[in-house]
Amino acid sequence: MNAYEIVLKSREKGRPTAAKYIEKIVDGFIELHGDRRFADDPAVVGGVGFLAGKPVTVIGIEKGEDTNDKLAHNFGCANPEGYRKAMRLMREAEKFHRPVLCFVDTSGAYCGIGAEERGQAEAIASSIMEMIRLKTPALSVLIGEGGSGGALGLSAADEVWITETATYSVISPEGCASILWKDSSKVAEASECLKLTANDLIELGAVDKVVPEREFSEEFFASLKGEIAAFFAEKAKIPAEELIEARYRRFRKF
Amino acid sequence: MKFDFKKLFNFKKPQNELEGTEDAPAAQPAPEEPRQEAAIPEKLAEKCESCGQIVLSDEMEENLGVCPKCGHYKKLDARARIASCAENFEELFAEEAGGNPLGFPSYDEKLAALREKTGEKDAVVCGTAAIGGVRCALFSMDYRFQMGSMGHTVGEKITKLFEYAAAQRLPVVGFILSGGARMQEGIVSLMQMAKTSAAVAKHGEAGLLYIAVLTDPTTGGVSASFAFEADIIVAEKGALIGFAGPRVIEQTIRQKVPEGFQRAELLQEKGFVDLIAERKELKEKLAALLKIHSAEATA
Repeated sequence: MNAYEIVLKSREKGRPTAAKYIEKIVDGFIELHGDRRFADDPAVVGGVGFLAGKPVTVIGIEKGEDTNDKLAHNFGCANPEGYRKAMRLMREAEKFHRPVLCFVDTSGAYCGIGAEERGQAEAIASSIMEMIRLKTPALSVLIGEGGSGGALGLSAADEVWITETATYSVISPEGCASILWKDSSKVAEASECLKLTANDLIELGAVDKVVPEREFSEEFFASLKGEIAAFFAEKAKIPAEELIEARYRRFRKF
Repeated sequence: MKFDFKKLFNFKKPQNELEGTEDAPAAQPAPEEPRQEAAIPEKLAEKCESCGQIVLSDEMEENLGVCPKCGHYKKLDARARIASCAENFEELFAEEAGGNPLGFPSYDEKLAALREKTGEKDAVVCGTAAIGGVRCALFSMDYRFQMGSMGHTVGEKITKLFEYAAAQRLPVVGFILSGGARMQEGIVSLMQMAKTSAAVAKHGEAGLLYIAVLTDPTTGGVSASFAFEADIIVAEKGALIGFAGPRVIEQTIRQKVPEGFQRAELLQEKGFVDLIAERKELKEKLAALLKIHSAEATA
């Protein structure tokens, strides 16, 4: 698959969304709503549950499955209150020494008048800054589109994993082609240049692990669940200051 | 055009007889507008980009780039901005200059051309200085370098500055101007948002002050990282500040954005900016804020 085919695959209809990952990986999930300030953002789904017998906080950017579901979740484009809800849940996780697991899948944070007026930039900035200093372990898994700041807002984690045909980029290839070359037909070329595929990202150090997709079978979810549980078990042994320092170094290298 | 061309050139002595004298008919300034325009020496006067009137360059500079005719704010380059607010500037990390991390087509040439044109290595200048007598670390972004976009070099220099300021226990003042992330550096550019955010957080955890001055424009990856992570956020009057640019929003919602949208004044009204400063009062306001924060508190 070339980069553009991977881009298309990362957006493909029928690809499992965050809700599916939560259902398959977190036991007894209880969804917690709202940012306590303005509203509940349906593009960000979060709550608490168990992972391999241990409590976990899970947050996902949810695109929705069918058309109605997509509309209900604003196509996975979060508003500021989505990031503020995520921050609130992270703080709650920190208080109770729970790790934080994020599933990231968004074409980007929502661009609209309300989003701007309620401080989209401030919300994402704060989310990155809080997550990067979180006192409990955090893992982000890129499961579809990793769209720029909107994805990074939930990806300032100890490690960032990516499934085989997911992407992570500073801008969509369409945006890049139209801004840089004033030619939206150069999307395939832009996809290559942006180095947004899992293999490119591993090489650049932007992600730590590529998860084979196995056609999103039961085995895929079971194996991912096992790996996440093992990751958190390992990180639980590390004192908070060391964890934060290691996270600092992880991002400092760029 | 209202500009009195003759007045401007009257003080100039003719350099040789071929140029004629003031009284000689051949040397009289031409009355037609197009010929006047063509005759304006570049450094003596300039045309305001907003009202189109001709302004003496000296006057424009004294006025800190604010048009004396219409009040329009011309963008200041990084060093002019520092000079307008700070004394005793000593540059840090001047040699920092990154390459082309993704091997992006034509990016090497673009960087080389911008370095040649601006005399800067990249879009930010860092150092230490005094504002109103208070020593601080400061950074200033440069519009001439891809509208202050952030790639590795910008992120690295700003991160180093916050690390330096934390070690030296200095406050940081940042003059921010940026269209966002630098596309040609792809994911490396995105990672600068996380890297700088972590450095800002660490500096803040050491109990140190960070004041961000948001100038026109402050958008994209820079607004969604260190621009909005400061203790105090000052915005320059009229500055465009936001996450997405107005064009992107208009394309998304398929309607025009309202007048004054994403301007400093609206952001203050909505609660995202602490105070708005006119350019001429910025130095004074920064000095006052630094003074209050550097004084020993009783609590």
